Amino acid sequence: MDLEFGSEYDEFTKEVESFCKEYSNAIITSSNDKKFEMHDALSGNSNEKSGKIVSRSDWQRLLIEKGYFARSIPKEYGGYGGEPDIIKSRIIATEFSKHKVPNAMGGQGIDMLVPTLLEWGTEEQKQKYIKSTLHGETIWCQGYSEPNAGSDLANLQTKGELIDGKWVINGQKIWTSTAQFSQMMFCLIRTEPEASKHAGISFILIPMDTPGIEIRPLVDMTLKAGFNEVFFDDVTVPEENLVAKRGEGWSVANSVLGHERGSLANPNATMNRLNTLINLMKEETIDGRRLIDVPSYRDRLLQVQGKVMAVQAHSLRLLSSKINPNQNVKLGGMIQKLVGTELRHELEGLAIDIMGELGTLYEDDPNVRDGGSWQFTYMYFLGLIIGGGTNQIQKNIISERGLGMPREPKVTAEV
Amino acid sequence: MYFGLSEEQEFFQDNVKKFLADNASIEEIRKITSGEGQELQSEIYQGIINLGVNALLVPEKYGGLGLSLLHAVAISQALGNGVGPIPFSGSYVMAPLAVNLGGNESQREELLPKIASNEIRFGIGLSEFVGAREDAGLEIKNNKVSGRALFVMDAENSDKIILSTKAGILFLIDSKDKNLTINKLTTVDKTRTFHELILDKVNCEVLEESTKDIEIVKRVIDAGRIILAADTLGASESMIEKAVAYSKERKQFNRTIGSFQAVKHMCAEMAADLEPCYSLVWQAAHSFEVDSVNESRLLACQAKSHLSEIGKSISKKATEVHGGMGFTDLLGLHYWFKRIGLNRQILGAPEIVREEAAEIQGFNQ
Repeated sequence: MDLEFGSEYDEFTKEVESFCKEYSNAIITSSNDKKFEMHDALSGNSNEKSGKIVSRSDWQRLLIEKGYFARSIPKEYGGYGGEPDIIKSRIIATEFSKHKVPNAMGGQGIDMLVPTLLEWGTEEQKQKYIKSTLHGETIWCQGYSEPNAGSDLANLQTKGELIDGKWVINGQKIWTSTAQFSQMMFCLIRTEPEASKHAGISFILIPMDTPGIEIRPLVDMTLKAGFNEVFFDDVTVPEENLVAKRGEGWSVANSVLGHERGSLANPNATMNRLNTLINLMKEETIDGRRLIDVPSYRDRLLQVQGKVMAVQAHSLRLLSSKINPNQNVKLGGMIQKLVGTELRHELEGLAIDIMGELGTLYEDDPNVRDGGSWQFTYMYFLGLIIGGGTNQIQKNIISERGLGMPREPKVTAEV
Repeated sequence: MYFGLSEEQEFFQDNVKKFLADNASIEEIRKITSGEGQELQSEIYQGIINLGVNALLVPEKYGGLGLSLLHAVAISQALGNGVGPIPFSGSYVMAPLAVNLGGNESQREELLPKIASNEIRFGIGLSEFVGAREDAGLEIKNNKVSGRALFVMDAENSDKIILSTKAGILFLIDSKDKNLTINKLTTVDKTRTFHELILDKVNCEVLEESTKDIEIVKRVIDAGRIILAADTLGASESMIEKAVAYSKERKQFNRTIGSFQAVKHMCAEMAADLEPCYSLVWQAAHSFEVDSVNESRLLACQAKSHLSEIGKSISKKATEVHGGMGFTDLLGLHYWFKRIGLNRQILGAPEIVREEAAEIQGFNQ
């Protein structure tokens, strides 16, 4: 056991630390303010804002220039162009979290499309899309799920036909978050109707201003997060918007799905949120008594803390396995989405319970605590328990691929 | 940076695991726990001692191996995994630490080499320091101790026993003292022994440093809690393995039951619950050696409490996966269930330990 990163990282840590002190509690402004309204609560950032004011696009550029974002993405595509260094990435994440510095923009373009294009895209596609995505100029939405293709995603039916060198697309996508803000969608389309289920899908990029696209908002239970349904009626895009080969879409999508699952439950965010909860329990009272002095509340807090400490220690073990490739943590990686999302839901729910009636206040009620973020995040994480591969699907994956248990026999015919 | 057990720690763990797999099958455990296998038990005990576990935490200058608490954790996982019917947490983790931290130099010189050579075997009882039940408690007057101690660990076949006053003063008594009555307690877990001690003016030797600093007994308890958490970790791991293996064999409705999602999801939940526990227990053991007292005590408390909760849930679910067979003595799964159940209560049940964790963090201020 050796938790030191080594003295060769001391200087780097100092450099990051001094940057973080300068931008502690910075306020990032965005033309999409509405979309980022609850961003801080989700990522565990503090909501006491007192630092410098920076625009979203300047912030992205500054972080790339420093190498604190898009660190290992080549310079020619708009990244920092550094060698991949897991320890440096960890130092950046830790210092940002410690000093309450806002993170770089995330979202599906940055988290999923950029790695996809780096692995599968043509040179032209990389040049065209990566830089503007990293700078926050091109926002992407993901067109995967359909009304009849949820957990059984490969059952998707949105159809694409190549006619006169152009893709003509018809069908419907659902659960498309940020569609209303997005310039582009990366989409799974059935282009090979004769091929088997998984081999008939292609990965196609669609500009959202193409005629024939209709976006209908699908309001979720938080009333804030904003999903959409997206309808395609003879939507026509150039042939070169295909990523990889025809019929390779399933492999393309799967190559980055694992990344999304891990990123849904960042342990640093959970730890920050726990600390916010502890402060809340010291400030709020019932019958004049601090909530943290109520034994039953305190015990529940300590139970959640034990779980948070366990997943935090676990993230160190996973980090270690990336640095030391001989270390086997196969099962350890598979459980992250399941454990992380359930834990956040529990933690946010505890905050509501200890506040009692006050915990039900929401939106702009004058008595609402922390801007309603506890209720919002409690519900949002229920969404994440369901989204990104439901936690029941996660349990199938853990038991089949992790524990080697047999698959459920296929039902051959509907009765 | 490396977070995990070292090759050396895994080596100790694998050796203990292998030894138990070869020498302590369910039939043998059953024989020992029914009181008919004393010879068998001494063979197992001797076999584990031959692997060096008694000398593990004794510093090198006193003839020991001078290894870390994480080594002891690695071994404790293996013992929990195989429900090893031998003394360990008390005799070879808490006792050497109590002597090393609580003894003066001449006491260390006198006692530690004898632990390392296994000339003396210690039991230890600190339950009353953590929280006294009934009228239990000990008082020292004119170098003689009177009172009652419950749930003394590893006192069977011991030469000496380490006890504590409520004020945290550690002292030794002779297990054969004529003024001492030792009663074996019948607990659910028959793979280890626990005793009641009734003392009536028993001669004692106070561990001198422990009179100056109450932290010493607390540190010994921290270590004990981490080791018990590791035992639960190993036992839980074994229960999951057994449940998964059984689910792949047992058929109902013409299918192995492991192909039913109801069963698969129980197994996945167990695995997902336990996986972060390895990290928590290992970090707690590491922290014990390198971090401040408060930091490491918080981790020790949370490791003990969290593993108690997870262990309880896993021992229930793993038994359920086995269906009716899980409930039988025939399969012997209950040895793991009971071991986890006992670990949960000793040296502080979860609620008690969490209250300590709250205090450490100043939540009461």
